[in-house]
Amino acid sequence: MDQRAKEDPRVIELQDVAYSYGGAELFAGLTLSLAAGSFQFLTGPSGAGKTTLLRLCYGDLRATAGRVNLFGADAQAMTRDDVAMARRRIGVVHQDCQFLDHLPLADNIALPLQVAGRSMEAQGNLDDLLAWVGLTAQAAQLPPQLSGGERQRAALARAVITSPDVIIADEPTGNVDWEMSQRLLTLLVELNRMGKTVLIATHDMNLIRAAKAQVSASVLRLKDGRLQAGAAL
Amino acid sequence: MTGRVDPRDLAIRALGAVQRAAALLVGDPQADRTVPPTGYTARLTVFTAGAMAFLAVFAIALSLATGRLADRWSAELARTATLRISAPVDQADAQVRSALTVLEQTPGIASARALTDDETRVLLEPWFGPDLPLDALAIPQLIEIVEDADGYDATGLRARLAAEVPGAVLDDHTRWRDPLVAAANRLRALGWTALLLIGAATAAMITLAAQSALTANAQVIRVMRLVGARDAYIARAFVRRFTLRAGAGALAGTAAGMLAVALMPGGDDATGFLTDLGFQGAGWLWPLLVPPLAAIVAFVATRSAALRTLRTEA
Repeated sequence: MDQRAKEDPRVIELQDVAYSYGGAELFAGLTLSLAAGSFQFLTGPSGAGKTTLLRLCYGDLRATAGRVNLFGADAQAMTRDDVAMARRRIGVVHQDCQFLDHLPLADNIALPLQVAGRSMEAQGNLDDLLAWVGLTAQAAQLPPQLSGGERQRAALARAVITSPDVIIADEPTGNVDWEMSQRLLTLLVELNRMGKTVLIATHDMNLIRAAKAQVSASVLRLKDGRLQAGAAL
Repeated sequence: MTGRVDPRDLAIRALGAVQRAAALLVGDPQADRTVPPTGYTARLTVFTAGAMAFLAVFAIALSLATGRLADRWSAELARTATLRISAPVDQADAQVRSALTVLEQTPGIASARALTDDETRVLLEPWFGPDLPLDALAIPQLIEIVEDADGYDATGLRARLAAEVPGAVLDDHTRWRDPLVAAANRLRALGWTALLLIGAATAAMITLAAQSALTANAQVIRVMRLVGARDAYIARAFVRRFTLRAGAGALAGTAAGMLAVALMPGGDDATGFLTDLGFQGAGWLWPLLVPPLAAIVAFVATRSAALRTLRTEA
């Protein structure tokens, strides 16, 4: 298991958190704890606030009430630079991947190393990662030239290139077929076995069943502003 | 609080500023590539900086020329006076001689001489044309007076001339020298004001262009944030691009402006102010400050626009 995760058993914690947008309260009194090395799914109907909850977890949004701890630090008290530094320890696979469309795939994947001032590490890591996600041949292509599955795998490669403590994925298999979703799941399970904490938002119950067959995964269900643990499949 | 500035602290800050400026010039090619090239804002920035630099060169030329003019009028006219003698033809020569005698005896006057017919003709030429028949016209005789450093007593001189040279009128130029010098000084102030306005307009236009580029690149900013980029890192790519564009545009505009000033027709003192609207000697160095100043204005404007936009989009 990763040394930093060992030292910090609860990498991300939300305590009694509320979030309102445009005067409407999306959820309130929500508590969530991501233990180091855990594998968790977040489910719930569309519009329940799964993406918002994930954004709170990686500091992209600030809670309107309650406390969010990122690696033991109060996110509300963090400066913008502190949040950026915390985000370097969290690899995010966004729902729509989010690439710089004018840069080749290899540069997009190496972007987190570049912004962290670790460009020198890029080449070795990049070759291994491209091979791991099966995109070596597509390294020079631009993101719009890739298929949905290739983009999802590339987003995952970018999320893990800095070897972050936590992987947060928002509907990572939303735009791919079953075979590709299995392949992506296998990659995420491999990362978890390497000690990474994994949180995946999905409404794909088959994916959760397949994951539970491979790792000890817990499931959280977000519905009507409430988070229910151990939701039945 | 004593308010004392630690020289070591100042030196460290200055070194930091130099390092930042060097880093800005050298840049980070990888970071620069994260922002896609945007033709529209690039052209707008280069054109704005070029046009403003061109105007700035003329504003500097105007300020320097009016400054020279004010100094010259102030210095030359303050030291001279004119005595005009209007007398019947048969008394004119006698009154001129009497006046010259009085002037020679007056303390504070360095020299006094009657203008020759040719000099009078040249003076009147702008109004009456060449070959003016002075003999046929009752033109007053003019005497040019040059003061010494101590100056003379104008009131006393006027009283003595009134007694000894009845047709003499002393004009010490005060009546029209002061408004001329005031006008030249005001023109100079207008020139510097124009320079300030040009700088402010450049900053405003580059800010708008930078904001437009930031808005157009919202997706880039989202992705950069997602991968843990700090605001300063994101801003740097935009700031460097706009600073270099503004510097390049200003360089071209300054070169064009200096060329235009150099090609303006020259003239002597008699041809007046407009033909003197050029740079002289070390004055040619002033416009060379325009490109770096434009780059500094662009740096400050883009950086503040970028950081403000990044803060509000958080």
